[in-house]
Amino acid sequence: MKRVIKTRRLVLLAIIVLPFAVAWAEYADVVINMQAEDKGMSPVIFPHWFHRVRFQCSVCHVDIGFKTKAGASGITMDKISQGQYCGACHNGEIAWSAENCDFCHSGTPGLETGVEGGHKTAGPGYY
Amino acid sequence: MTRYSTLKLLLLLATATAIPATLARDWKALEEDDLHDRSNPAVGILQEPEEALSVLAPDSAGNKVNWVEAIRQGQIKPRASLYGDNPVRQHDTEVVMKNTLDLPFVLFPHKAHNEWMSCEMCHETLFRSVRDGNAISMERILEGEFCGVCHGAVSFPLTECNRCHSVLRDAVPASISGAVVPKE
Ligand code: HEC
Ligand code: HEC
Ligand code: HEC
Ligand code: HEC
Ligand code: HEC
Ligand code: HEC
Repeated sequence: MKRVIKTRRLVLLAIIVLPFAVAWAEYADVVINMQAEDKGMSPVIFPHWFHRVRFQCSVCHVDIGFKTKAGASGITMDKISQGQYCGACHNGEIAWSAENCDFCHSGTPGLETGVEGGHKTAGPGYY
Repeated sequence: MTRYSTLKLLLLLATATAIPATLARDWKALEEDDLHDRSNPAVGILQEPEEALSVLAPDSAGNKVNWVEAIRQGQIKPRASLYGDNPVRQHDTEVVMKNTLDLPFVLFPHKAHNEWMSCEMCHETLFRSVRDGNAISMERILEGEFCGVCHGAVSFPLTECNRCHSVLRDAVPASISGAVVPKE
């Protein structure tokens, strides 16, 4: 019984928190700023909506190996120019090459790594 | 009895919070989205979400696109691999999950997922491919595990209770749980 009550409280919390957690940004945009700003570049914005029109999820998350947690893949420019991560496509062949710094490093300075739109972006406490 | 009506109230609340989203199917321009730096030369060159998304099958939450319909209606055809186009293996069962307190049962459709991804996206990392083989609960989903890895982050958000809790409790005989092969 105790467990039921706890669950219900959590669900209620989620319902209250979720609508406020939705930022203005497009749903599922990922900010990656683990190192970029420390190294003098603007944060990276990765738009899921743009890429999922063109590729299935598993192309990136299974074949290329992006983790399903913002910031967890350990992307660096070295790896990108060696054809890993974004560089598997942004190589001037499948998509424009990594010379176009601004297209990826387009975020407002100060943004924190995370996904926009869901339960992991905002709201009090863990949710 | 109180338990029952509280849950109903919760469902109602969830529906109500979804209404404002339903009414406005609009997308923020990049320079107003609190994310893109207006002074960045790329803003103005990058595609606006509205341009790409407004022509796809409509929805009320998330990207305001029903992504499953967008594929089925042939509006988009996301590639299954980088080079060539190896078709993704299909597994066409629907799994009914009954541990839902008083809410409708959850129906997990393999087909809709396999149109978007290969088995390895979920098996055997997020889910063991065994009926009733995973200790899924709403708490853990809300914490971003199981279904909550994708739903609430990239796929439609967790406020859409009835899209997962979609099977009325008396529509499924008590004997059935786990995988059910759908009628073609
Ligand atoms: C296809 C997208 C993309 C392009 C184009 C791109 N980057 Fe990056 N860059 C990234 C990502 C993703 C990261 C990881 C961000 C983080 O973890 O903070 C990153 C990280 C960095 C970092 C910090 C990490 C490191 O490797 O030192 C620097 C510096 C950087 N980029 C510079 C550049 C410069 C300069 C250009 C243009 C020549 C460029 N980037 C173009 C995606 C891109
Ligand atoms: C073009 C490549 C690409 C495609 C296609 C793609 N993703 Fe991602 N996804 C990424 C990148 C890059 C990240 C950020 C990883 C990082 O920061 O280390 C990410 C992050 C995520 C996350 C983590 C968000 C969080 O909670 O932190 C989830 C979940 C996710 N993707 C799900 C999906 C789903 C579901 C699809 C298919 C509808 C999809 N992705 C398609 C590249 C892709
Ligand atoms: C699976 C292939 C693939 C991967 C991996 C990939 N991209 Fe892309 N990306 C594309 C394609 C294709 C385009 C469209 C190129 C074109 O229009 O010529 C694109 C376009 C973009 C755009 C421009 C969108 C617009 O509005 O025009 C951005 C920004 C971008 N990618 C960022 C990234 C970042 C950051 C990463 C790595 C975290 C990444 N991409 C990884 C395939 C990929
Ligand atoms: C992405 C799919 C999905 C969405 C959206 C979803 N649920 Fe669930 N829910 C599940 C699954 C899966 C279970 C576990 C079922 C099982 O194990 O038999 C569950 C279980 C539950 C339970 C049972 C108690 C528990 O802790 O497991 C409750 C109550 C519940 N959900 C309420 C809700 C409410 C309220 C919403 C909307 C705010 C919601 N769910 C949205 C998938 C979902
Ligand atoms: C989005 C995640 C996801 C993907 C992708 C996925 N599955 Fe599953 N699968 C599940 C879940 C959830 C269950 C239910 C597990 C349970 O009942 O605890 C399941 C159950 C199963 C089962 C046991 C029930 C049954 O249907 O007989 C098999 C077998 C299975 N999956 C095979 C596959 C194969 C083959 C693929 C690829 C073609 C695949 N799955 C893709 C999530 C997924
Ligand atoms: C690996 C990512 C991932 C996981 C894990 C996942 N889903 Fe999904 N799911 C998707 C994607 C992608 C779609 C396509 C629609 C979208 O993106 O909004 C989808 C769509 C759905 C749909 C809509 C089907 C339709 O016909 O409209 C349902 C229902 C659903 N998921 C339930 C679940 C349940 C229940 C679980 C957990 C047991 C789950 N999903 C786990 C990625 C995932």
